[in-house]
Amino acid sequence: MKTQKTLVTRTKLSLTLAFLTVAFASVLSGCTEKSTKTTTNTTTTTKTESSPAKAALVVGFSQIGAESAWRSAETQSIQDEAKKRGITLKFSDAQQKQENQIKAIRAFIAQKVNAIILAPVVETGWEPVLREAKAAQIPVVLVDRGIKTSDETLYSTLIASDFVEEGRMAGQWLIKKMGGTANVVELQGTAGAAPAIDRKAGFQEAIAKSPGMKIIKSQSGEFTRSKGKEVMEAFLKSEGNKIQAVYAHNDDMALGAIQAIEEAGFKPGKDIVVISVDGVKPAFESMVAGKLNSTVECNPLLGPSAFDAIDSLVAGKTLPKKTLVKDQVFDQSNAKEVIASRAY
Amino acid sequence: MKNSGRKGSSFSSVSLSPLLWPLVALGLILLFNFIFTAGFFQVRLQDGHLYGSVVDILTRSSPVMLLSLGMTLVIATGGVDLSVGAITAIAGAIAAVSLQSSGLTGSGGVALPLAIALPLLASIACGLWNGFLVAFLGVQPIVATLVLMVAGRGIAQLITHGQIISISNSAYHFIGGGYFLGFPFSVTLVIGVLAVVIGFSRKTAMGLFIEAVGNNPVASRYAGVNTVGVKLLVYAVSGLCAGLAGLVISSDISAADVNNSGLYLELDAILAVVIGGTVLSGGRFQLMGSIIGALIIQALATTINTRGVPVQLTLVIKAMVVLAVCLLQSPSFRARFRQSTKPRLPRITGAEGVTLKAQSDSGPSGSGGL
Repeated sequence: MKTQKTLVTRTKLSLTLAFLTVAFASVLSGCTEKSTKTTTNTTTTTKTESSPAKAALVVGFSQIGAESAWRSAETQSIQDEAKKRGITLKFSDAQQKQENQIKAIRAFIAQKVNAIILAPVVETGWEPVLREAKAAQIPVVLVDRGIKTSDETLYSTLIASDFVEEGRMAGQWLIKKMGGTANVVELQGTAGAAPAIDRKAGFQEAIAKSPGMKIIKSQSGEFTRSKGKEVMEAFLKSEGNKIQAVYAHNDDMALGAIQAIEEAGFKPGKDIVVISVDGVKPAFESMVAGKLNSTVECNPLLGPSAFDAIDSLVAGKTLPKKTLVKDQVFDQSNAKEVIASRAY
Repeated sequence: MKNSGRKGSSFSSVSLSPLLWPLVALGLILLFNFIFTAGFFQVRLQDGHLYGSVVDILTRSSPVMLLSLGMTLVIATGGVDLSVGAITAIAGAIAAVSLQSSGLTGSGGVALPLAIALPLLASIACGLWNGFLVAFLGVQPIVATLVLMVAGRGIAQLITHGQIISISNSAYHFIGGGYFLGFPFSVTLVIGVLAVVIGFSRKTAMGLFIEAVGNNPVASRYAGVNTVGVKLLVYAVSGLCAGLAGLVISSDISAADVNNSGLYLELDAILAVVIGGTVLSGGRFQLMGSIIGALIIQALATTINTRGVPVQLTLVIKAMVVLAVCLLQSPSFRARFRQSTKPRLPRITGAEGVTLKAQSDSGPSGSGGL
């Protein structure tokens, strides 16, 4: 066992050194080699011929990367759905680079795909390549993030979660749970981030209806566990027993806050109700343990909606510019049943 | 006569002021809370350990304190280490993964020393890599450590496959979240490291070598100081401190969050060092000053969190306080301030100016006469 472990570390170490040497070399040479590009644009094709009627359909999917479990789940969902429907999916991982995404889209156009799914890494700079797609009469479906453009005809529809609605759902759940009166502290996301702004706005809109609900403290926890814990610690010092509920803009901050609550001698989930947004697996584990009360899912499983949209588009229908994905509230009552089926 | 008098006065100002002004700044922040924040200094026992805002400041600042100790030595040699934040992520990732694999074999207790040793060894290796680039290859420290700052987080992501890995080992949680005799263990750890680093740099000739390398690397090499060895050592120490900070951070939240562990913490560490009175150009260092600097940063953050400052204003307020502390710290600013308020000092400098002018006048005129 020991030798195995040292072997693992040794490989890790040599990997580290190799990685560093490459990084160092690229810094020295000005970071402009073309050599990396062959590896970044790996396009894999999944082919299944289960339903012959749709076998002709070829769809290109340009994904941002695999930086989080959430995004990996999204990729998996789209790949699985393509397989299920017998659609040939051309998948491209852009490794966080718009340049790679644009190249992938150009490749899809050249291959004359029937439709393109795009998860845009940034909001701007898509007009030229989307104009090419439009000229080739290939519909483009955006998933989970929007783009900024003056010409909305460049894409067919955006399939995404509604962050404001997520905030609203969290607010409504909390009102119901607390019977309309509660002192709430809020852990905001990174200042200026769209999910933080929208989830705050939605929550405030929801609790405005019941005057007993008050946000007594609100501070940014920067979407991380450490900051969520640190801010919650401070809240507990200044407000102490007054805090009845915590609303965190994502699960990680809530998980940090739960630790702070425990260390202050309170029982999270009982003395202080905790609700958050996202629905990642650790949040479900925490709900099963009775610590987190509820999480509003921000669904990454966009595959079914994306291919429904493509089917309609290929059939010649026009879709609304925004298709909102239905998000769901999970709480301790149903966490146990769904935890095994959680993909991310 | 005149020379010795001036030397005496400068000596007394050196021994007094470097710690005085950071302490004044910290005192002002605490005084503000003493007056305006009710219950800020309340400390009580909670489940057998100390509990209160002041304890929070100590616990929360311990990662930055650890980083700033290593950073102080690096900066004293005229370098800088930007990679410490990324090294915390690597250390946390290795600890989490090794605990995870040992959890599978069902022997959590046996693997714990290894789960602490492995990340620390990796951190030292990272530090040696920085030292190698700086000392052997002569790469500018800011560039050399930038490599690992960027690549290090990627390495950590490779180790954890980009996921947040939860650590369920309660013994590991003790490092960052446990209490030693009711006192946060992370703070005990900082005190231990501080004692070792102070003993090592002030009770041996090492501190002198470090300052010599920072002051004039060429001259110190000619004087027989092993400059390459000194540089390798300080970067390795900085790496080790970062590794310890990584263990504290990951065990505090019982998870290795490689995307956020120690993110931008290198900047906080540099700030702590600078606030603490160590000059960025190297040649002199204040370990206690850096500790106080880290405390100032965290006292400010805790104050902001406790008082409920609007999120949009938080960073502006931080910037304003940091600016004020830096100005308070700056001897030239204080001198200028004193000059404009007190009438006595300008007269002295004026007199000096006159003598200098007289000397410089006599020089050219003498040569002209010849």
